[in-house]
Amino acid sequence: MKQFLIAAGCILAMVTGVAQAQERPLRIAFDVPYEPFEYRTPEGELTGFEVELAEAMCKEMNRECDFVVQAWDGMIPGLMARKYDAIMSSMSITEQRAKRVLFSEPYYRTPGGWFAKKSTSVDVTDRSAMEGRVVGVQRGTTMDNYVTENLGNIVEVKRYTTADDMRLDLESDRLDLVFVDYPVGEEYFLTKDNFREIGEPVKLGEGVAVAMRKRDRELAKEINKALETLKNDGTYDTIMNRYFDYSIKM
Amino acid sequence: MPEFLAELLNQNEIFNATTVIHYWGGLVTTVQLVFLSLVIGLFLAVPLAILRTVRNPFVSGPVWLYTYIFRGTPLLIQLYIIYYGIGQIEGIQETFWWDIFRDPFYPALLAFTLNTAAYTTEIIRGALMATPQGEVEAAKAYGMSWALRMRRIVLPSAFRRAIQAYSNEVIFMLHASAIASVVTIVDLTGAARDIYSRFYAPFTAFVAVALVYMALTFLIVYGFRRLEQHLLKHQRPLNQ
Repeated sequence: MKQFLIAAGCILAMVTGVAQAQERPLRIAFDVPYEPFEYRTPEGELTGFEVELAEAMCKEMNRECDFVVQAWDGMIPGLMARKYDAIMSSMSITEQRAKRVLFSEPYYRTPGGWFAKKSTSVDVTDRSAMEGRVVGVQRGTTMDNYVTENLGNIVEVKRYTTADDMRLDLESDRLDLVFVDYPVGEEYFLTKDNFREIGEPVKLGEGVAVAMRKRDRELAKEINKALETLKNDGTYDTIMNRYFDYSIKM
Repeated sequence: MPEFLAELLNQNEIFNATTVIHYWGGLVTTVQLVFLSLVIGLFLAVPLAILRTVRNPFVSGPVWLYTYIFRGTPLLIQLYIIYYGIGQIEGIQETFWWDIFRDPFYPALLAFTLNTAAYTTEIIRGALMATPQGEVEAAKAYGMSWALRMRRIVLPSAFRRAIQAYSNEVIFMLHASAIASVVTIVDLTGAARDIYSRFYAPFTAFVAVALVYMALTFLIVYGFRRLEQHLLKHQRPLNQ
């Protein structure tokens, strides 16, 4: 009898637990602002590529979603502390992070872009033309790793903390070229008259994915299925084209 | 590479041959930068300190202004102004100066030299002011000219008094050189920052570099102790 009661209790707990999980809205965290991925409109409304994608994803999953705003440095700790269930805030997949969180399939990847002064013309894919050039990157980014690994022994790599410092040195000819995250380059270099883009954007890294707690494998499956559908039925492209004039799809 | 070192390096993922070479390059840059700025700074500081003690305000005033400006502003700001400021000067890219100031090493060397020269000037000036009047009078009584008096009596005695304060300045300069990495110089700190952001291992990267700084400081302290023992021999008790 006693055993039966315990078993019944367990089953009851499981059933209600599952039911609760279904009712509870899915909480998704963003670090705002990070234009054009997540930011607030002048009216204070949360919007951006990732926010719209999250909305479409929740609709596809048939679940109610709550959006939470969280500063970047507390992003993963907040997930662990159950302040939210998923992160959709341009978090790139890295080995280090994958040790702590569960990543979905990647849903976007921004390319790296080459930028230089208008007067510069060089074929960035031609190694002999690149020889001896001074290239600026942001320290520790995927762009830094790409240049160091592929061109490290033929160009001089200079590492910067901020894009502002890099622009100053490009302006005063201390740098011949910079290689930065494409949206950053668009904002810092293409908005100025004296800079231009060189060559084609380069696809880099493993991409950006939804991060969840390690044990939430069911949720990951659900999210992957929803993202897959959005990518195939054109919803993803519609949202992407609203924010970008190049493809970040993957 | 000795075998035990190779084995030690194989046990972790951060300190492999590439990163050790990176640290080594940083060490060389730091030593070059600090050593050159200290030597040039010292050579500038001696005449400036003498000028600073001259009574005529038109002679000592400019030196006072110089030391006031460079001691009154942070070295980081001086470095920013010299590195980014020079690049903003209209048309400098077309002159020969740009061959020198394009490389971040020379703007940093200039900032460090001017900074340490200002502090050293004040250190030597203090020592000059403390010269016992009797020594000067005795030299005068021997009929020494001003130049001879300076060379034989005043400066040697001032250097002896200045050496302890100057050893502090040398150590401060070594530690202050850590800011060179903000203008893309890969010094010791720059190397540590590169390795930190590569492996997401701030503790390991910075502890390693802190140990190197400590070893350098130890060498400086040891060198100055030997120098003091030599120069201040006359002040030690006879039985030691």
